[in-house]
Parts: sequence; structure tokens; C-alpha cells
Amino acid sequence: MPYAVILFPSTHYAIRAEKKARENGFSVKLIPVPRHLSSDCGVCLRFSCDQKETLECLLQQEGVKIEGIHLLET
Amino acid sequence: MIYFDNAATSWPKPPGVKEAMIRFMDEIGANPGRSGHQLSIEAARILYKAREILSKLFNVKDPSRIIFTLNATESINLALKGLLRPGDHVLTSSMEHNSVMRPLRDLEKRGVELSLVPCSSKGELDPEDMRKRIQPNTKIIVLNHASNVTGTLLPIREVGKIARNHQILLLIDAAQTAGAYPIDMENDEIDLLAFTGHKSLYGPQGTGGLVIGENVNIQDLTPLKQGGTGSRSEFEEQPDFLPDRYESGTPNAVGIAGLLAGVQSVLKRGVSQIHQGEIALIEELVRGLEEIPSVKIYGPQKGRERMATLSFNIAPLSPSDVASRLENEFGILGRPGLHCAPSAHRTLGTFPEGTVRLSLGCFNTREEVHHAIEAIHHLSKGNR
Repeated sequence: MPYAVILFPSTHYAIRAEKKARENGFSVKLIPVPRHLSSDCGVCLRFSCDQKETLECLLQQEGVKIEGIHLLET
Repeated sequence: MIYFDNAATSWPKPPGVKEAMIRFMDEIGANPGRSGHQLSIEAARILYKAREILSKLFNVKDPSRIIFTLNATESINLALKGLLRPGDHVLTSSMEHNSVMRPLRDLEKRGVELSLVPCSSKGELDPEDMRKRIQPNTKIIVLNHASNVTGTLLPIREVGKIARNHQILLLIDAAQTAGAYPIDMENDEIDLLAFTGHKSLYGPQGTGGLVIGENVNIQDLTPLKQGGTGSRSEFEEQPDFLPDRYESGTPNAVGIAGLLAGVQSVLKRGVSQIHQGEIALIEELVRGLEEIPSVKIYGPQKGRERMATLSFNIAPLSPSDVASRLENEFGILGRPGLHCAPSAHRTLGTFPEGTVRLSLGCFNTREEVHHAIEAIHHLSKGNR
């Protein structure tokens, strides 16, 4: 299964996303933002592509601001 | 030694606060939100957890609306200077600390109109006196939740309703109450809440925050400072989202780790339980001092809700003489003088000499209170 990452405007949202996702049974991991996606210095949330819709929906409900979602080439 | 200066800084701190700070220094130590490595993430988790627990304490839905600052003073400066423009009108009470009065006096020189609503000689405010002074250009009402001089609570709920009806923002200085008296951002209709970490939240000095309510348009609230946030690094403009818009520069993460442990301890004990315990002690102290003829107590009427801070004088002694004798002869640490609140002392009629202030925390005991009553009794006898 391919992976994707969610980028956030602030680390605050990355931590909140990780917490809320894990509380709801998603398998996620905070990783450094891949260089080709952003010059920024923070972290992003890696997840399995098949969970995109449900995870996005959850994060929206939890008031997590999302910058973008990108497929990861593995 | 008896520590009765908790209104300045609480001491001692509960078990776990120092340990949380040591753990941060030993095991985390990194800069939160500045990198993708595990220690940086762990540091960011500490900040997140602290925002989350403070949201629980103050009934805030969105933890990103908790902005960390150095103390209540910085929070008040951020709110007042960030929102008020020349031509705006601001209302406050005559019982304020200089953390409110000095930024307001500075803003007044820059064209902001200021009205001071007088309080009674017991430090009490009639909400109607506040309502009468509202003008079409009134933007903010700023009030202390409780006086740092007398422990008098101001009627912030009543004023909050008046403010909402007139679409005026209510800024509360909760330096003396956060952690020791229930605060509910929603039910109390507070728009901006300035708190400090080192008093009744039992964290270390150099921690505090501003809660920005949903009614505040953050585009209208200018940051006090701009700088690195770890986000949007490709841009030279300040981010416009919370909490980064107001949190430039490396935060006091080790302090916030201690604050997190302090708030955990407060929630475990229960804010109402802490309040009741402190009130039982302060009422005992008031009763004891009332029986001493040459002692004059300043502050709220009997039966009114209050905080565990008390001001008094022993005629004809000066407050500083009383305080130094309390320390030297009885090991009681209080604070004499004006307590950074000249306007409050003018209201009480104790300017410029001030008062002796004794302020209790959740670790004080009845024995300490009895010892203080005896000590003050002794000092009063020598002067008749």
C-alpha cells in the first residue's frame, strides 16, 4: 500500500493530528517533511493512502488545519 | 519559615513540577517545532499537551487559541497594544495592577481614550458604573478578576454580559485567580484571558499565556513581536494562523513542561477544592485579625466571595516595619507597600504608604495562620 503525507501550517496541528488519528485507530507517524515537498523545517504526518478520506474527515472535525496532502513515491 | 507571598509567586511547587523540568532538560531538550527529529517532536508534544490541559481548565474548545507568553503582563500588553488604535475607547476599573494601568497610560499618550471606573473603598465594582461609561467607540473592557492587594473578586460575569450586549471585548487579568478560582471562557463570556503560570497554576516563573476567544478576529490583533516560528520559513512575513502568529522565537519549553505538571496537579486537586481550602484559611485569618483593635483590614465585605489574599495595617506602624518585623521575629514572609497597584491603593485610601499583604496558597496550613495571628497580635501590643 502506498503512503501519503499530510502537511500542516503549524507543528501544533501536526501534533494534534497525530494524537487524534491515533485515538481513532489510524496508523500514522510524524516524519520530517520531505525536502521536495516544502522548504519548511517541520514535520508531516505519514499515513496509508487507503485511509485518505476517513482521516481527512476526522482531522476536519477536530479543527486541524491542513496545508496539503501528497503521495509519497517509494 | 512561613511563606505568605503566594500572590507574588506560589511556593513551594507541587511534587512533579521540578521533576518534569529536569526530565525535559535530561531527555528532551530540543527546540519544539523547529525540526523533524524525534526530540524536536517530543518538545512540541509537551507544548501541545500544555495547551490541551489549559483548554480543559478554562473550557476552551480549540487549544491553538492558547498563546504562550512570559507572564500575564506580556499577555495583557499583547491584547491591549494589539487591539487598540488611536480613537478607540477602553474601560477599566480603579483597582487594576500596573500590568494593566501602565500599558493603558502609554496607549493614552498615543490617542487611545481611557476611562477609569471607580470602585468602592473595599475594592468592589458596581457593573452599572461600568455600563454608564460605555461610548460608541468603546472597544475593550479590561478588568482584573481579583485584586492582588485585597483579594476582592470583580463581577466579571455581569460585566461580561454588558460587554457582549454592546459588542465590546472583555479582557480579564486572571493573574490572581487562574487555578484557584473556576474560570470558564464560554460561560463567563470572556473574550481574552491573560494568565500567569507561576502563581495558582504552580508552574515556574517565565510561563503564562493569553487565551484568544472565538469572538476575537485575529487579523485585528497585531502581534507584539515577529520572528521565527518554524513554519512558513520561505516567507519573510509573519504567519497569520494560530498559535504561530503570536509565538515568535524559541519558547520557554522547559518552563512549559513545569507548567504542564503544575496544571495537572491543580486539576487533580480540583480548582473548587483548592479555592475552598484557601478560603477557609483566609477567613480564619480575617476573624483573628478583626479581634485586634489597632489592626485595620482592607478588602471585601464579610460574606462576599474572595481570594486568599489579605491587606492590613497596624496603627501607627508603617507597612514596611510590620513586614520586616514579621519576617525577623516570626519568620513570616509577606509583602509591604503598594504591590505594583497604586490606583488600587488610592481606591482603598492607603496611598502612598500601602499595606502589609499576606497571600495564601494551597500548601499553607491552619497552624501557620494561627502563628500569624499571634505574631500580629504581639506587634500590635507593643504600640499601644
